[in-house]
Amino acid sequence: MQKLKYERPYIKKLNTGMLNKFASANPAQAFDAIEGIPVKKLIEQYGSPLFVLSEKRIRHNYRAALRAFNTRYPKVQFAWSYKTNYLSTVCQIFHEEGSWAEVVSGFEYQKAVKNGVNGSHIIFNGPGKKREELLAAIENNSLIHIDHFDELYMLMELAASSSTKPRVAVRVNMDTGLYPQWDRFGFNYENGEAWNAISKIVQNNKMQLIGLHCHIGTYILDVAAYTKATTKMCGLAMRCAKDLNNPIEYLDMGGGFPSNNVLKGVHLQSADSIPSVDDFAEAITTTILNFGFEKDKLPLLILETGRALIDDAGYLLGTVIANKRLANGRRGTVLDFGVNTLFTSFWYDHQITPAQGTSTHTEPMTLYGPLCMNIDVIRENINLPVLDPGDHVVVHKAGAYNMTQWMQFITYRPAIVMIAESGETHLLRKAETLDYVDEMEQTPELTKSKAVEK
Amino acid sequence: MKLKKNIATSESGFIFNPSTGDSFSANGIAAGILAEMKSDKTEQEIKTGILARYDVRPEQLDRDWDDWMVQLKEANLLDN
Ligand SMILES: Cc1ncc(COP(=O)(O)O)c(C=O)c1O
Repeated sequence: MQKLKYERPYIKKLNTGMLNKFASANPAQAFDAIEGIPVKKLIEQYGSPLFVLSEKRIRHNYRAALRAFNTRYPKVQFAWSYKTNYLSTVCQIFHEEGSWAEVVSGFEYQKAVKNGVNGSHIIFNGPGKKREELLAAIENNSLIHIDHFDELYMLMELAASSSTKPRVAVRVNMDTGLYPQWDRFGFNYENGEAWNAISKIVQNNKMQLIGLHCHIGTYILDVAAYTKATTKMCGLAMRCAKDLNNPIEYLDMGGGFPSNNVLKGVHLQSADSIPSVDDFAEAITTTILNFGFEKDKLPLLILETGRALIDDAGYLLGTVIANKRLANGRRGTVLDFGVNTLFTSFWYDHQITPAQGTSTHTEPMTLYGPLCMNIDVIRENINLPVLDPGDHVVVHKAGAYNMTQWMQFITYRPAIVMIAESGETHLLRKAETLDYVDEMEQTPELTKSKAVEK
Repeated sequence: MKLKKNIATSESGFIFNPSTGDSFSANGIAAGILAEMKSDKTEQEIKTGILARYDVRPEQLDRDWDDWMVQLKEANLLDN
C-alpha cells in the first residue's frame, strides 16, 4: 500500500472577528518548477542553495522597458547598470539587446571592456575613479560622469596632456521631493554647484561636456519625482545651450524604478501601488517633449535601469534544515541560505513559497538562515505551510543586487544557473569551494614555527 | 497527555474549547491524532498507527510528537 505523504501535526488558533479582509495569494500554493524545470531536479543537479536566472524573463523585461520609452520618445538608450548583476552572461544578454554599460568602478569598467562593449558605450559613474582608470576611460572615449570637484580638477590635468578630449557629463543631485534626498553623489542643483561645475568644464575647453546625469534614488515609488528631476535637467541643458553655447547631447536619468518586490516596513503594499515602467516613461518623456527643445535638437535620453529589469528574472532555491519553537511559542525555521547569500532580505520582505505539494494549513513563522549570527533573518514573519527538514523553498524576485552584493561569509556562495530561452539549463557560476576561498590567502612561515614549538 | 474532557473536535479539524472560547483548526494528521487521543489510545498506539499509514521515519515522528505536545499545552487543551 502506498503510504500517505506525511506532514507534521499542527493546530492553529482561529481569530474570530479579526478576519483579514485583504485577499492574498494562498501561501501554501506550491511553486515546484521554474519554466517547466522542477525545483527538485535543479537542486539535485546543482546543489542547494542555488540561484536560478531566466533568460526569457530578462529579455522580456528589457524589451518591454525599451518599448515603454521608444514608443514615446525618438532617441532612447539603455545602459545596463553593472552593479545590479554583473555576471558576464547577464551583461552580454543586455548588450546583445542593445544596452550600453553603466559602471561605477575600475573593476566594473574592466568587466565591460572584457564583455566587448565599445569604449564609447561605457558610462563611467561613481565617486571613486582612480587616476589610471580615468586615463583608460579617456583613451577609450568613454563617457565620464564627474562626481565631485576633485575629480573635475584631476580630469582637467589629465585632459591638458591628452591628445583626446575627454567626453564628460556632470552628475547632478537635486531636491525632487523625495526624502531622504540623495545629495552625496554629484553636484547640487539648488545651491548652484552643478551650474558652477558645468561652467568650469565649458570654460576650460579641454573637455567636451556632452551630457548631464542624475540618479535620484532607488526603488522610487513616486512618479512625480522624475517629473521634477527631468524638468531641472532640461532646464540645465537649455541653459548650457543658450548661455554657454554648449548644447547637451544626452540627458541620463539614471536608474531607480522599483521592481515588484515588497519593501520592508511598507504596510500591506500591493503590486497595484507600484508604478509601472510605462508610468515613469510617460512622466519623463512628456516632460522633455514639452520643455521647448527644437525638434531636431532633442537630447538622447539615457536610462540606467537596474533592478526593474532583472529582479523578477532571478530565484533563489533553498532547503529547510530544521524547525524550532521560539521562547514565545512561535515557529522558527532554519534554511540553508542566510543574509550572506540573500543580501536583499535586508530591504525586502521577499515572497517565499514551498516547492512541494502541501496541505492548505499554514502557520506563522520566522525564517532564519544558517549563520550563527543574530542578524541572520530572512523573513521576520511569514505564513507558510508546515515545512519539514529537506523540503525546498523558492525565493522570488532575487535577481537584482544579490549575485553582486552577496558575501563570502561563514558559508560558500552557491552556484548560479540560467534557464535559456531554449529551455536548457546552463551553469553560469560554480559553487565556491575551499580552494577558491583560500586562493588569495598567503600563509607566511610565522605560524609554522610556533606550531612546532608545542 | 490526556485531552481535556470537554474539548470538542470535528473530523474536519475544527477544535473548540468551551471553557476558554478558543477555537483552532488542525491539519489532517492532527485531526486524526486528536480523535484517537479522545478515544483514549496511548501515545504508542497512535504513533504505531501513523507509522503504518504515513511516509515518515520514527525519529522524525518522535521529534514532532514532542512539538505536538507543546502545541497542545500552549493551546490549553491538555489535562494537567
Ligand atoms: C548611478 C547609478 N545608476 C543606476 C543604478 C541602478 O539603479 P536601480 O537598480 O535603482 O535602477 C544605480 C544604483 O545604485 C546607480 O548608482
